[in-house]
Amino acid sequence: MTARLVATGVTVRPEPGGPAILQDASIQVRAGEVHALIGPNGAGKSTLFAVLAGDVVPESGTITLDGAALRGIPPRELARRRAVLLQQNAVSFPFTVEQVVRMGRAPWARTPAEDDDDAAVAAAMAATEVTPLAARSVSFLSGGERARVALARVLAQGVDVLLLDEPTAALDLKHQEDVLRLARDRAREGAAVAIVLHDLGAALAYADTATLLSRGRVVASGAPSDVLTPASIEEVYGQAVDVFPHPVTGVPLVVPRR
Amino acid sequence: MTGEVVTRTPTTHRGPRFALVTVALAVALVVACIASLGLGQYSVSPTEVVGILLRALGVETGWAPDASPAAGVVTGIRLPRILLGVVVGAALAVSGLLMQAIFGNPLADAGVVGVSSGAALGAAASLTFGLSTFGMWTTPAFAFVGGLIAVFSVYFISRSGGRTEVVTLLLTGIAINAIGGAGLAFFTFLGTNATREQIVFWQLGSLNGALWPSLGLVAPLVAIGIVVALVVARSLDLFALGERTARHLGVRVERLRIVVIVTVALLVCAAVAFAGIIAFVGLVIPHLLRMTIGPAHLPLVISSALGGALLIALADLIARTAVPLADMPIGMITSLVGGPFFLWLLVRTRRRSGGWA
Repeated sequence: MTARLVATGVTVRPEPGGPAILQDASIQVRAGEVHALIGPNGAGKSTLFAVLAGDVVPESGTITLDGAALRGIPPRELARRRAVLLQQNAVSFPFTVEQVVRMGRAPWARTPAEDDDDAAVAAAMAATEVTPLAARSVSFLSGGERARVALARVLAQGVDVLLLDEPTAALDLKHQEDVLRLARDRAREGAAVAIVLHDLGAALAYADTATLLSRGRVVASGAPSDVLTPASIEEVYGQAVDVFPHPVTGVPLVVPRR
Repeated sequence: MTGEVVTRTPTTHRGPRFALVTVALAVALVVACIASLGLGQYSVSPTEVVGILLRALGVETGWAPDASPAAGVVTGIRLPRILLGVVVGAALAVSGLLMQAIFGNPLADAGVVGVSSGAALGAAASLTFGLSTFGMWTTPAFAFVGGLIAVFSVYFISRSGGRTEVVTLLLTGIAINAIGGAGLAFFTFLGTNATREQIVFWQLGSLNGALWPSLGLVAPLVAIGIVVALVVARSLDLFALGERTARHLGVRVERLRIVVIVTVALLVCAAVAFAGIIAFVGLVIPHLLRMTIGPAHLPLVISSALGGALLIALADLIARTAVPLADMPIGMITSLVGGPFFLWLLVRTRRRSGGWA
């Protein structure tokens, strides 16, 4: 599969000369794959995510999208090629759900693709099951509903590089699975999806590739079942676990040893 | 899924509502202006007012009274004052809207956060020191610099993580207002009787003494400000999602921020240089209209400009006519309305967020 978004040898230091929160990290997000970023709190997942999204400029290292330096791509052009979902999805004013989803179409204003706006918005709202909320104000939604609206906005953007930062965090069981299925379906259609996950089981079940971070470094990257072994998990998280296949589906399960 | 589901949502419902509100505001504004032109110590009937205005535009209707001082009163004294009020009102309302958008906070207003104080301080400095570096543009120029410094300070001091908390914003506003107030007090102390009077005039806010040249100065500045606001309106919508997300959607956040801050300073300086501090217009009008037509910024800029103009036109009418033979400061009247409204907003914000979030 072609690599779409590639970071190589990325080091991030919040203060010059201070400790690095990301050290010599490399990652390749490829077309057709769900790529999970995994690691304990403070491992540097969010920083690596921010670097991939272009929010954080690393001290050293390169980031490219389709071979071109990320920093050289104008913001609007970038927005027509990749979409980003953050954990923080508060909206300052009482926009309606549909208005917020439609904001995902902003990069396409005054382009021929503008004609697809209505269809893209409707499809994104249907996929995230927020269509019944269309006329509601986002100010009065629950956290989970707001997270789904934000995801709908990202889908409406209609691009095939998706960066999702813990998209399942605020969601209930069913919607968590929905979101992960959605991410996988997008990947099957050819999109490159990078997704920060806390749930190791979800990473094993849905991701095609996993990158495990610990203390600012990439510990391992590859097939989830190779990366997330009982030994590597215990080493990185400091918690003994068992990994075994589900009796019916065979999907690997991660269970802390209690 | 078809487009049908989408088209049945308030975005499109609000289209007609926006048109209705805009037309209603425009009609009310025209009516208020004509009424205001006729009322006062020297009464002129509305038909006569219309006749005089049309004659001034070169249209003879036979409505205009012949050989009376009415024409002089209407076009020479009241008209520039009322038009200045209209322009200032539009400027203040749009400046409030812009500030609320970049602060991500509905409680931002030029008066509340101290931008007006900063502008008044700049204006007072130019007057006290008798500066005329830029000719007739000197006072507005100094007001602009003062306002710009104030709005930059508030912005960079009170924001964290792309948003501004209510408490931080208001406390920063108190500090900036205190500094501005101290500066004004200092200039009052330094100045002559004439400049003192001017400074008091700024603190209270008044349209008294408006002349055609001042209008000619203020109107282009406000026009530029409103055009910029219209141009950036769609980006401001995206700003509501937070700065990072706005950037991810293609907004050049840093540039937009600077453009908006400079525009706010421009609008506020235009208003303050000739009308002094008129508080709360930028708070009340965008808020009421947001509740009526929704938070999308493009329609809000248009209707806020009209709403602000209407509010000032009405407030000025009251200022001129409520007490016979006296001209009350208009800033007092807007604060009388705006103060309680602000309190109500505060209480509501606190209740909704369960604290001073």
